[in-house]
Amino acid sequence: MSMPFYVSPEQLMQDKAEYARKGIARGRSIVTLEYADGMLLMGENPSASLSKIGEIYDRIGFAGVGRFSEFDQLRKIGVRYADVKGYAYSREDVRAKALANSYSQAIGDVFTREMKPLEVEIVVVEVSDPRFEGHEKNSIYRVQFDGSISDHAGYCVIGGSVENLESHLRASYQKDQPLGEALQLGRSTLERANGDGRIPAEKLEAAILDRNRAERKFRRLPADELRGIFGA
Amino acid sequence: MLFRSNYAGSSFSELLDLDHPHLKLDFAELAQKAAQPIQAPHGTTVLAFKLDDGVLVAGDRLATSGNMVASRDVEKVFATDERSLMAIAGAAGPAIEMARILRIELEHYEKIEGEALELEGKANKLSQMIRQNLPAAMQGLVVVPIFAGYDVRRRTGRLWKYDVTGGRYEETELECSGSGGIIAKESLKKVWRPGLSRAEGVRAAVEALMDAADEDRATGGVDVARGIYPIVKFSTADGIEDVPESELAEVYTAIASERANRG
Repeated sequence: MSMPFYVSPEQLMQDKAEYARKGIARGRSIVTLEYADGMLLMGENPSASLSKIGEIYDRIGFAGVGRFSEFDQLRKIGVRYADVKGYAYSREDVRAKALANSYSQAIGDVFTREMKPLEVEIVVVEVSDPRFEGHEKNSIYRVQFDGSISDHAGYCVIGGSVENLESHLRASYQKDQPLGEALQLGRSTLERANGDGRIPAEKLEAAILDRNRAERKFRRLPADELRGIFGA
Repeated sequence: MLFRSNYAGSSFSELLDLDHPHLKLDFAELAQKAAQPIQAPHGTTVLAFKLDDGVLVAGDRLATSGNMVASRDVEKVFATDERSLMAIAGAAGPAIEMARILRIELEHYEKIEGEALELEGKANKLSQMIRQNLPAAMQGLVVVPIFAGYDVRRRTGRLWKYDVTGGRYEETELECSGSGGIIAKESLKKVWRPGLSRAEGVRAAVEALMDAADEDRATGGVDVARGIYPIVKFSTADGIEDVPESELAEVYTAIASERANRG
């Protein structure tokens, strides 16, 4: 008769965390930045069709790193959550904070209950709308593979080399910079993870939540437009 | 709660049916249970026609319940996304709900799939929603909308009419629906021609609604005393545009004074 192995809970959690971290570190980072008219989400992505950045709702955007199938599934779950909530209540009632908390619980649940944790790290962002009371500030929430959640002001990095890239942003980030400057900063930040090698516009995936747009604030920035802004 | 879902597709109405049935009011079932036909507010006259660079969709503002006014300033023309419009006629409650769900449906599909539906796909989705409403329609809650929009692929405006069974018919010129629809259509027919400009279109639409209101007591037309004007929207390559009230007021005044001069 075989005896089941005993593994201490500490060991089990450590092993799972290490497994998830390894999976996430293999992927490229995503940078989120606040700029004068809203929020910018940006990452290096060689694929033009498999997006890491997506629209959740009117003022809410999403980005994920790690295993594509897993974070894309999370994105779709978020869209369903938001559309049902906006239908049941009002469009203004769909907020990033509640969504990020739900993500945190769901991802945390998988981490503790399942054999294999999710190899993902996600960011949920919401652009402010000064017309409504209580909606005056942008929000950035980062949720990690174990469900731990944190909120950020100004900028946030998810993915492989968070420390390195965030130290670059800490030194160079400025409040209320125009979109062009935010894009330059985003690119130079991502290039640090790339050994400072230039990332061409067609390998960048970028999207904005532009406060000045009507209703749906999310807009992708195609490579042509990026090239125009970078002047190369 | 986030992961507890039975649905994995890209349709919002199916998501509601499967995972959130309590949120979706089943008019069909309600109507069948009712002892007598439900007397619900009805929207009256809407119209749509092709323009040189897209489509125009318009509707009056009156909703009636039997011989009473239910609302004087109801909106019957809805933007369902950046380039499509739905004009509702018939039972106002289910029709407005249908327009609301269709709008979420189109946006939901686009977000989940990463690509928007073709205009024809959108028109077809509406057809299925009307078909689902058939049992309610048989109890008096009839919804007969017009769907129109700018087809980016074909670079032209297109419009569809529907029947109560969800039958979908593409129209090449114009279509009207609702109690004053026939009168509006007769009026519109005489001035419509291919390549109509936006200004000509606005005039034709206002005139048709005025004619419908003249003959059909349930159509609102233009309510000058209260300053309530019809809703007129365009859909073109540039997106959807509302015709401002000031322009509608000018057009109305011009038509009214011409008619007054006839003696």
